[in-house]
Amino acid sequence: MTAALIFEQILNGLQFGLTLFLMAAGLTLVFGVMGLINLAHGSLYMVGAFCCAWITQQTGSFWLGLGGGVLGAAAAGALIEMLVIRRLYDRDHLDQVLATFALILIFSEGTRMVFGSMPLYLNIPEALSGTVALPGVEAYPIYRLFIILAALAVAVLLYLLISKTRLGMRIRAGESDREMIAALGVDIKTLYTIVFALGAAIAGLSGTLVGALRSVQVGMGEPVLILAFVVIVIGGIGSIKGALIGSILIGLVDTLGRIFLPIILKVFMENASANSIGAALSSMLIYLMMAGILAVKPKGLFNAAN
Amino acid sequence: MQQTDTAPKPVTMPKLNREAMVNFTVMAILLALPLWASSIGEDYYVNLASLITIFAIAGVGLNFAIGQGGMVSFGHAAFFGIGGYTTGIAAFHSFEETLFMAMPFAVSGTNQMLIIWIVAMVLCGIAALAIGAISLRTEGVYFIMITLAFAQMIYYFAISWPTYGGEDGLSIYLRNELPVVDAENALTFFLICFILLLSAIFVSARLSGSRFGAALGTARMNETRLATSGIDPFPIKLTGFVISAMITGLAGALFAELNGFVGPSMLSWHRSGEIMVFVILGGVGRLYGPVIGAALFVLLETYIGEWTQHWQLLLGLALLGVVLFARGGVMGMIAGRARHD
Amino acid sequence: MTKPVLEVKGLHKSFGALQATKNVSLDLKPNEIHALIGPNGAGKSTLIGQIAGWITPDSGSVYLDGEEVTNETVASRSRKGLGRSFQISSLAMEVSARRNVMLSVQASEGSSFRFWKQTKSDQDLRETAGNWLKKVGLGGREDIAVSELSHGERRQVEVACALALKPKALLLDEPMAGLGPTGSIQLTEFLEEIRLEIPILLIEHDMDAVFRLADRITVLVGGAAILSGSVEAIRASALVREAYLGEEA
Repeated sequence: MTAALIFEQILNGLQFGLTLFLMAAGLTLVFGVMGLINLAHGSLYMVGAFCCAWITQQTGSFWLGLGGGVLGAAAAGALIEMLVIRRLYDRDHLDQVLATFALILIFSEGTRMVFGSMPLYLNIPEALSGTVALPGVEAYPIYRLFIILAALAVAVLLYLLISKTRLGMRIRAGESDREMIAALGVDIKTLYTIVFALGAAIAGLSGTLVGALRSVQVGMGEPVLILAFVVIVIGGIGSIKGALIGSILIGLVDTLGRIFLPIILKVFMENASANSIGAALSSMLIYLMMAGILAVKPKGLFNAAN
Repeated sequence: MQQTDTAPKPVTMPKLNREAMVNFTVMAILLALPLWASSIGEDYYVNLASLITIFAIAGVGLNFAIGQGGMVSFGHAAFFGIGGYTTGIAAFHSFEETLFMAMPFAVSGTNQMLIIWIVAMVLCGIAALAIGAISLRTEGVYFIMITLAFAQMIYYFAISWPTYGGEDGLSIYLRNELPVVDAENALTFFLICFILLLSAIFVSARLSGSRFGAALGTARMNETRLATSGIDPFPIKLTGFVISAMITGLAGALFAELNGFVGPSMLSWHRSGEIMVFVILGGVGRLYGPVIGAALFVLLETYIGEWTQHWQLLLGLALLGVVLFARGGVMGMIAGRARHD
Repeated sequence: MTKPVLEVKGLHKSFGALQATKNVSLDLKPNEIHALIGPNGAGKSTLIGQIAGWITPDSGSVYLDGEEVTNETVASRSRKGLGRSFQISSLAMEVSARRNVMLSVQASEGSSFRFWKQTKSDQDLRETAGNWLKKVGLGGREDIAVSELSHGERRQVEVACALALKPKALLLDEPMAGLGPTGSIQLTEFLEEIRLEIPILLIEHDMDAVFRLADRITVLVGGAAILSGSVEAIRASALVREAYLGEEA
């Protein structure tokens, strides 16, 4: 175990956490403004990745694919918002869960009908492939660094959008008082569609970025969705800041736990059982952390009501 | 579900009768079809009926949490899976003639269903106690997400724990045994499941009508009222959650017997969603709703799945339709609004 | 001097920079109606919340019948004898008035962890609940769903729920709100009657009712109890007129 390995894993954890943030940001924004729990957020992540993969295949340009992935996810988001989601704002959470669960089934099966069950693979563009030397790390993949920077850029843009722009002001007003914002003459229906599409676009971005790292396949959004839930539960639902900190926390704990827990356990026990117990324990680690945080702060770390 | 009070209410009485008639018809068909299928030697259909029955039990369990207690658990696959794995692990050690645990007590496997059922339910109860104790400190959407997350935790645990098959799951080579009857026989096994379903519904109805049920129902309708009446909501809800988990866990144990296999898919969050779908398709809070929901689900999967592999698309559309346009589920459409006294 | 049934000592509560309750002390003696008045935003709800147990005070303590209950839950305070009604109805709307009261009766009888006997055939439970409803004037309306009852009737059900717990003190939060003139008069008469058994801490906007019913009045302004005294004293106080009545009129 060297300092270099630790540093590299911290970067990996950061990269993982920040892609989670891109998912969690949309979820928490939609919940904060519209009070909606959206399970289909993972499907938008998948839609983004598929759009990107398809466009990249057709045009040969990853960058076009990336843009197409974001726009495709935003369009899919706007579409389901207008067709389905807006009927759910006044419903209880049970209805929201079920309707968005139904959307997952429809999206997954629909995507399978179009693209089949085999995973698609995206090639990382020339400019971002290869590795770079960092202090302490000889060769770190450039693409992972790119993901970190892109996600941080989104975080900053999101912050500026919400705190500095007119749209952001309306979003903040919508969070605190829906009636007031309606009274101000803001077209609340359009606002909600925009917010939903914005969340979808960020999820789509996350899907395209990760899709190039791994593979693009049906169901790819679901594990990420559940982790994003853990993130926003820890961070406090509705809080973008909480989502950012929660994501990084989860990314680091999960990544470092998987690498180092078995190593630590080997100090106490034989290799084989250290590996299996370590693997089992580290897969539970973030959930145990969530349980611990909730035991102390039932509404998450950054809930306004705390 | 609370039944009618002694005070007659002539306007709404016929609807109650209608629901009772629907309940009776559904149960009669569920019983008659496998009897008939078995008589012509079609065990496939008997097993299909067993599957419906088992899913219905899982739904009855979840329905107790959602319909009576207002606790929207999105993690009941955890209990379904724990029930299943209990069966699988007990059978595994019984078959291999190894000990489950050598220290501090020698615990061997068993192939006795009755023991397995009890152990499965107790383990589910303990798991629900832990999960509920943390999750019930929160409410609303937090509760939904946290129960989902805990189920996911157990799912990943099952996947990464190699002793019992990890991702591949665990086969049960011989169906476990019951005293007197031959559980290997498809019809006998169906009848066992059917009796357990009736028992689960009966227990659920008794509990709902008891003082405990009144308190739990008030926790759903208005928690402020419950606390103001001098009853702490937390222990009431936790107890309800544990009971609900135990019923769903029993269904998991039966599911493992039926398939001769347990795997992580029993614990997946899709499974949690499906159990919820049984409840909602049938009608939340309706005692027999999960039976209708499970039957629809299994029949849809079996028959639409026959002519298109994309049956989940249709399931999704159907579910969306029910949620958006037919609140109250199938039971709501056939038998009208749920009644309270 | 008679021992107070309910006693509040030095309650403080802040929400961020807002001091919602500033060093409030008050008590409730046997057989009295003690009214708590104050303009909107004076911190009445926050104070009531702390007395009933929904809100934890930053400092100070609450005593019920001589026993400190500051750290007890809402349910525990209810069991120990603090009955209350709400400004906004807090009943289970889908079920009958009787069912709502039955819940209080079962709580007062001890355990809700009884799993087998059916409440619908539990005649004792049903009749006891029915008697409380008769007592508040809802005889004949017991088995109607609360959602079908009028606004005033719902308040009566709430009072029946509170009484069924056999409370030592009643905390009534604006019981007159939304009642018509007849309802108001009926409720006033009823409160006159039960005060002989159970003292009442009354939060009320209807000043006529307050002046008619109360033995003592405490005026809450800006989170602090600025004045406490007999009806006459409060009526005469220029301070109150300025801080409160002036605004209302």
